[in-house]
Parts: sequence; C-alpha cells; structure tokens
Amino acid sequence: MSPTTGPRTDEVARTLEAVWRMEAAKVTAVVARLVGDVGLAEDLAQDAFVQALEQWPRDGIPHKPGAWLTATARRRAIDRIRRDVNLASKLQQVGHLEELRVAELAEGDFDAALEDIDDDVLGLIFAACHPALTAQARISLTLRMIGGLTTREIARAFLTTESTVAQRISRAKKTLSQDGVTVEIPSGAELAPRLASVLEVVYLIFNEGYAATSGRDWVRGDLMEEAIRLGRVLSALAPREPEVHGLLALMEIQASRTRARIGRDGEAVLLLDQDRTQWDWALIRHALAALDRAVSLLDPAQDAAGPYVLQAAIAACHARARTAGATDWARIVALYGQLGVIRPSPVIDLNRAVALSYAEGPAAALEVVDGLVASGDLADYHLLPSVRGDLLARLGRDDEARAEFARAAEMTQNDAERALLRRRAAGHV
Amino acid sequence: MRFMILVPASPETEQGRPGTGQQFADMHAYNEQMLKAGVFIDGQGLHPSAKGARVTWEDGDWGVTDGPFAEARELIAGFTIIEVSSREEAIEWLRKWPTSCAPEPGLALELRQVLAPEDFTATHPETVSTGRLQP
Repeated sequence: MSPTTGPRTDEVARTLEAVWRMEAAKVTAVVARLVGDVGLAEDLAQDAFVQALEQWPRDGIPHKPGAWLTATARRRAIDRIRRDVNLASKLQQVGHLEELRVAELAEGDFDAALEDIDDDVLGLIFAACHPALTAQARISLTLRMIGGLTTREIARAFLTTESTVAQRISRAKKTLSQDGVTVEIPSGAELAPRLASVLEVVYLIFNEGYAATSGRDWVRGDLMEEAIRLGRVLSALAPREPEVHGLLALMEIQASRTRARIGRDGEAVLLLDQDRTQWDWALIRHALAALDRAVSLLDPAQDAAGPYVLQAAIAACHARARTAGATDWARIVALYGQLGVIRPSPVIDLNRAVALSYAEGPAAALEVVDGLVASGDLADYHLLPSVRGDLLARLGRDDEARAEFARAAEMTQNDAERALLRRRAAGHV
Repeated sequence: MRFMILVPASPETEQGRPGTGQQFADMHAYNEQMLKAGVFIDGQGLHPSAKGARVTWEDGDWGVTDGPFAEARELIAGFTIIEVSSREEAIEWLRKWPTSCAPEPGLALELRQVLAPEDFTATHPETVSTGRLQP
C-alpha cells in the first residue's frame, strides 16, 4: 500500500500488532544471528516495533511490513555494533563481523532474508526455552519472542501484573546473555533434553489455556490456540522429531473437545458423556495425520514411542471412536502400560485403572485403585476418590461411592468439577 | 480464530485448466510460509462447476441441477483455512497472497470467519451443549 492520507492511529496499531504476531520471531531471529546475543536481539526488535508505532500512522503502512520491520531492526543492530566497541570486538572474535558485512550488502533484499531463516527461528525457540531459565521465564519469553505477544497480553493470560512479566523477561534475557546462549540448534546428546524443554514449555502454555476454558474464560483460552500455533511452527521447522508431532496431535485432540466439555450451566462434561458431533473434526483430522507422521518416524526396531506420542495415541483412541461404546479400551490399557514404563507415575496408573474398568470391568480396576490408595502416593489428588467412587457406583456400592464423591469434591480446586462431584455425591448423576 | 479464504473461479478454472508452473510454485511457497508460521489449516482447489451440482428444496421436494453454472462471478474455485489471532492478521496474510494467483479485476478473494464455541455461548447459551444446534 502506498502511504495513505492520515490512517487512523488505532487502526494502524491493530495492523502493526497483527504483523508483529506474524513477524516477531523472524525479525528477532535475523537480529540475533547478527549480534550473537538473544537478549540484545529482543531489545532491538522491540525498538523496531516502537519505531513502526511512531512512523506508520504518519507515513502509512509499508508495502511489505515484515521486511520493513526486519530492515529497521537490522539497521539498529548495525548502528549498535558501530557504537559499541566491546560488542564489535566480541563479534569479531566469533567471526560475526564477516557476516555483518554481507548482511549490509544484502540489505536491499529483505524478503529473501526472511525466506531463509527457518533454522534461526528454530534456534530462537530453543534459546527462549533454555533450561537455564525458570519455567515461568521460558513461557513468558517464548510468548513474547516467538508468539509476538505484548507484555500486557501475557500478564492478562497468566492473571498477573505487567511489571511481573516485564521483570521475568528482562531477568531471562540477562541470564541468556550471561550464559552466552545463541540461536544455534543443539545437536548430538544435547538435542534430546533441549527439545524436551521446548515441548514442556509449549504444553505448559496449552494446559494453562485448557484449564481456563472450563471456566469459560476465553481470553485465557486463547493460550490454547497460541500453544497449538507454536506446536505447528515446531512441526514445520523440526519435521523429523516424532515427539514434536506427538505433542501437536495431543494438543489438537484435546482442543477439539473444547465445545463439548462444558455443559449448559458451565459444568464439566466428562469425555464419555460428551456429544461427539460437537467435537472439532477438522482439528481431529489434522491431529490424526500428525500422529501418523510421528509414528512413521519411529523405527520399531530401536525407538520406543515418547511420552507425547503415547499420550496422543491414547487421545486418538477416543477421537477414532464414533461413539463412547466403540472405544478400543484394551489398546488404551496397553498404551498406558507403555507410558507407565517410560514415565512411572501413580497418576498414569490411575488412568490405566480407568481404562481397565472399561476393558475388563470395574472389579479389576478397583483392585488397582485400592493398591494406589494403600500406597498413599495420591493422598491429595481429588481424582483418586473420584475414580474410586465411579468404580464403586458401577459395582452397585452406592453409599460408599457417594462418600468418595463427597471427599473428592472437598479436594478439587476447580469450580466446574466441584459442582459435578457434588451432584454425584448427592446421587443425582 | 479460524478464517476461510474463498477463491473465485475464472474462465480457466471453469474449463479445468491447471495453473501455470509459476502459479503452482508461488502458491506452494505461500502455503509453506503459512505452515511454518503455524497458521495453515487446510487449502484445496475445486474441480470446475461442471462436475458439481446444485440441490434445492422447492415445493416439498429436492431438485438437483447438474453443473456447469453460468454465473462465473458467484462460483468458487478453491478455499484456504487459516487459524490466526485476529481479523487484522488474517488480512495481513491475504496481502501476502501470490500476485500471480490474484483474482481477475472485478473479482475478489473473500475472507470469512468460521464460527467458534465462544460465538455460540454469546448468542445461544442454551444450545451450546445440547447438540440441538448443528453449526
């Protein structure tokens, strides 16, 4: 678009916000490659954003807004390197100045530069999710640098203040600078733990949003979409990693049930009671394709499926069943068994017991659950009495069942869940 | 939020002529870019309307009319579905649409938002989970 006469400032700001969501990761990655410092790159990228906020309302929105932002951020980076002798000598030591000269020559064609930065964007994701940072810092930095969210949006999504998020981000950037974290993609033995750290961050963001949707809190529910978007970015940039596709499939299947999991009065609707016509079948189709991709990347002779692939495979058993009665429970029991081997956990044992109750009957499952009760491992976990109550009810032991639901209702933190458990305790469900 | 981009038909698409190599390459690169940005959900081209049909409900009966249909202006030749954070972002993606695949003068790429759960809670709170409403 050629400069228009006096576009409205808030309109321009909204467009810039949209462009920023699309381009932030690329702009930051280009600059990070140039200055060799992720924290500094984020500062310079933000400077470019602010400059756009000042200039675009006056001059109009540039024809290629992403290229404009990249060019501006890069120009600021070069200025900074010229001014800062220490930075220049540091870059010279690591051989960066050569690249810088090339970058200056190529300044004419920013579109091309943006085409070829997949690895740098991926490296930036690894940097934002660096294990040296706390989980909260990783989440904030990822949403900001990769998702292009503002500090205010992040604060609102995580029910905290802007200054808390801003502090988290600035501390995180300092840590990355001190540790000399660059946008390199880890390799060899380093890759697996670093990738696990990235996937953890994405799944934490997803779960924050998923939990929020049960309270009809759609603003925070956006986090779910944001996490899925990050998952899609990762699956395009790291297409050889089965766990990346596994996580994407898992998130998409869970998200596909959003519409069905809340009842008329805002109460939680359990998976098996959900109206499957309300599931998002486009998302499910997408997820099953991602899961197939993940499985096809595993070599059955030597690779065990990872935790995300297994959880996605379990979720897929439900998604493939047209009715609750058609669920392949025996396969779910087997998958939970595999998951329990690579990630031993009483919560997984409890889930396996639920599947077992449908595959072989409530009595077999109750035995497992009573074993968990005796171990004391899940003493504070409301789903233990909730599941036990369900099994007892199915065995016709109603009084014992109601007592368990009442106990579970006392223990849960979630309003919708508490309402459901109270109704069951009163014998209404 | 999810958006559908409707691509209008042209005399070429209605004759079932494939696009040029350049158009294919440009569209592929565009879809790839959206995929890497995590926004691409689906994109498909459609056969000419000659292979389609129109089904109407009149006088208590279904009527089926086979294609082709004459009003090229009202026909679509394909669609793309994207998931983005705002309407503005959807429009910015449209502005990146390959110009080699731009519609003829007088025709337009049409952007439509796909209804989502929150749209129903706002307007029909009573029908959200009863399964009565089939969007």
